[in-house]
Amino acid sequence: MSHPSTYTPGSGFERWLDKRLPIVRFGADFMGFPTPKNLNYWWTFGAILTVCLVIQIVTGVILAMHYTPHTSMAFASVEHIMRDVNYGWLMRYVHANGASMFFLAVYIHMFRGLYYGSYKAPREIVWMLGVVIYLLMMATAFMGYVLPWGQMSYWGATVITNLFSAIPLIGDDIRTLLWGGFSVDNPTLNRFFSLHYLLPFAIFGVVVLHIWAFHTSGNNNPSGVEIKDVKKDAIPFHPYYTIKDGFAIVVFLILFAAFVFFNPNALGHADNYVEANPLVTPPSIVPEWYYLPFYAILRAITFDIFFIPAKLGGVLAMFGSILILFVLPWLDTSKVRSMRYRPVARLWFILFVIACIALGYLGGKPAEGVYVMWAQICTAYYFGFFLIILPLLGLLETPKPLPRSIAEAVLKKKDGGGAEVPAHAAPAE
Amino acid sequence: MTMKNFSRILTATLFTAFTSVGVADAAGGKAKKLEHQHWHFSGPFGKFDQDAMQRGYQVYETVCSNCHGLEYLSFRHLGQKGGPFYLDKCPAGIPDNIDCSNPNDNPVVKAIAANYKFQVTDGPDDSGDMFQRPALPSDRFPGPFANEQIARLANNNALPPDLSLITKARHSGPDYLYALLTGYEDTPDTVEIAAGQYYNPYFPGDMTQNMKPEFMDHGHAIEGVDVPLGGVLSMAPPLSDGMIEYTDGSPMTVEQYSKDVTEFLMWAAEPKMEARKSLGVVSLIYLVILAGLLYWSCRKVWSNVDH
Repeated sequence: MSHPSTYTPGSGFERWLDKRLPIVRFGADFMGFPTPKNLNYWWTFGAILTVCLVIQIVTGVILAMHYTPHTSMAFASVEHIMRDVNYGWLMRYVHANGASMFFLAVYIHMFRGLYYGSYKAPREIVWMLGVVIYLLMMATAFMGYVLPWGQMSYWGATVITNLFSAIPLIGDDIRTLLWGGFSVDNPTLNRFFSLHYLLPFAIFGVVVLHIWAFHTSGNNNPSGVEIKDVKKDAIPFHPYYTIKDGFAIVVFLILFAAFVFFNPNALGHADNYVEANPLVTPPSIVPEWYYLPFYAILRAITFDIFFIPAKLGGVLAMFGSILILFVLPWLDTSKVRSMRYRPVARLWFILFVIACIALGYLGGKPAEGVYVMWAQICTAYYFGFFLIILPLLGLLETPKPLPRSIAEAVLKKKDGGGAEVPAHAAPAE
Repeated sequence: MTMKNFSRILTATLFTAFTSVGVADAAGGKAKKLEHQHWHFSGPFGKFDQDAMQRGYQVYETVCSNCHGLEYLSFRHLGQKGGPFYLDKCPAGIPDNIDCSNPNDNPVVKAIAANYKFQVTDGPDDSGDMFQRPALPSDRFPGPFANEQIARLANNNALPPDLSLITKARHSGPDYLYALLTGYEDTPDTVEIAAGQYYNPYFPGDMTQNMKPEFMDHGHAIEGVDVPLGGVLSMAPPLSDGMIEYTDGSPMTVEQYSKDVTEFLMWAAEPKMEARKSLGVVSLIYLVILAGLLYWSCRKVWSNVDH
């Protein structure tokens, strides 16, 4: 941790332990981490996401005790869980809706990072680790959705694995490796189950790095101004943020519980209650809601780009739309972190959020007519936002004056006034 | 724009994103719009109506079970808490040491299993042969057909779907099922249907291919003629007024039969619904109280900090 340790061992045992394994010191310093005092509720989603991960792992481990990863038994074993396992229905509905809740929270968390410039120096690694977590989440959720072996599981797996065959030279081999054979079949189901169990622990590991990284750089905050004076600008994480995060977690759990207990299938697809049948293609193959924006980008590329065929172009655009996030810290040229002080960037950001939501809507529509055109416009904006707007805005835009410190930002908010300095006098490092 | 406004806009947009998901699968069939029915089990406090489920089971057993299985259900499920034949206490004449709330000892369930129209294949016996025996509460419902091929052979090459999950495997399952069962109509004049096929405006399909040639022009219906909604299926209208004898005085109509069998099949698909909703009410009350306590604790903890 980056702040000096404030722990003093209280008892003889603690002193003994502290010389051998300073785990109590670690915990005490972790809980006492100096945190900006102006974090708003958008900052509670980190804690909410941790809770989501733990819920998914706990329910998932229990489900795995009763699930059978075989094409002829998987669907029936899920029904066994729903009907005969004590509280099996609860475990399964929490796990299935938990995936949606996890993605809802991660999207809010990512948009928060975008808006407040949390990806900028010195937090590039925090952000990039976050993108790794997000990629792992997408892979995990995709493989998890295949496990019940319903129609949408099977056909979703078929569509997505086939995308890899668009990669030149090695695409077909990758697809065969994913399948473990020459079509989506039992070996596919088995390896997906194995990986679906493994990857959450990989996510857990990267989450530890993610937290370590921002405990080194310090938290960003809504003003985007770094902590100058720990006494004035920061407060210890505990009790201030444990209680605030705790409240936010419980509010989030209310939404979660409303889905689990009163509308557990609202976010699913009816076709997944029909057992997988390789001979019957469902009328429309639609991914889960959290993939829809990327599905729209994939299908927006309906034309060849020079020597790149449309199918490969779609795949590249889809993966590119996530990979571009890795270089975001270097694409945004602005010295000011928070869009609170970037009135022009803020408008483009709002438009970006709208484009993402529109892509989500279009991803659920058939790829025809006006839907394709709108998907193309939104895709162009998605990439334009990162590749053109953010690099240019940093050079062209005149930001609002930044507060001198977090304490000043807080006072200003409270009094509606206060001293200000021009942005260039206090650049974000 | 203030943070507050921004929060409001982001919340609104995220909410839109979240709710627009339902639109995702609107593509496909041009079937007649479903009418929303009143169901006992809808809403956060909705429960199954035990009498309706019992009548619905009667409809299933008399009619549906001739072609459709219930492969994920065991007879004992009928007698578990929330099930159609659950008993709090034993009826008169049952010895004191028997607990009828246990589905395996429930006399109604035992009788239903023992007298079920299909027997269970068991074995091999001591001489190595498989044999047929009456079902026990612990047995799954034996299906009408031994395998898919024989089912297709008996049904004009169509495969009657299993009904254990049918209300969850269709969009707005209960409304769809009711609409399908009550919605059979005479074949419109503009279409031609093969023998053994039946027209239903609620069945997903495309009637364009059934249009008589005189009403078509280059793959489209001619002016003034509409392609009928819905599709054709191999199931003849299964219900008719008066075909099943109700003993509780409920109307013996296709509508009532359809409502009852839908109630039963919704239970069959979601047998833990009542437990789920009641646990949900308790959980929500707990969470709301906890949120309140945490909110006031949060205010108290933060009261000495400018933020």
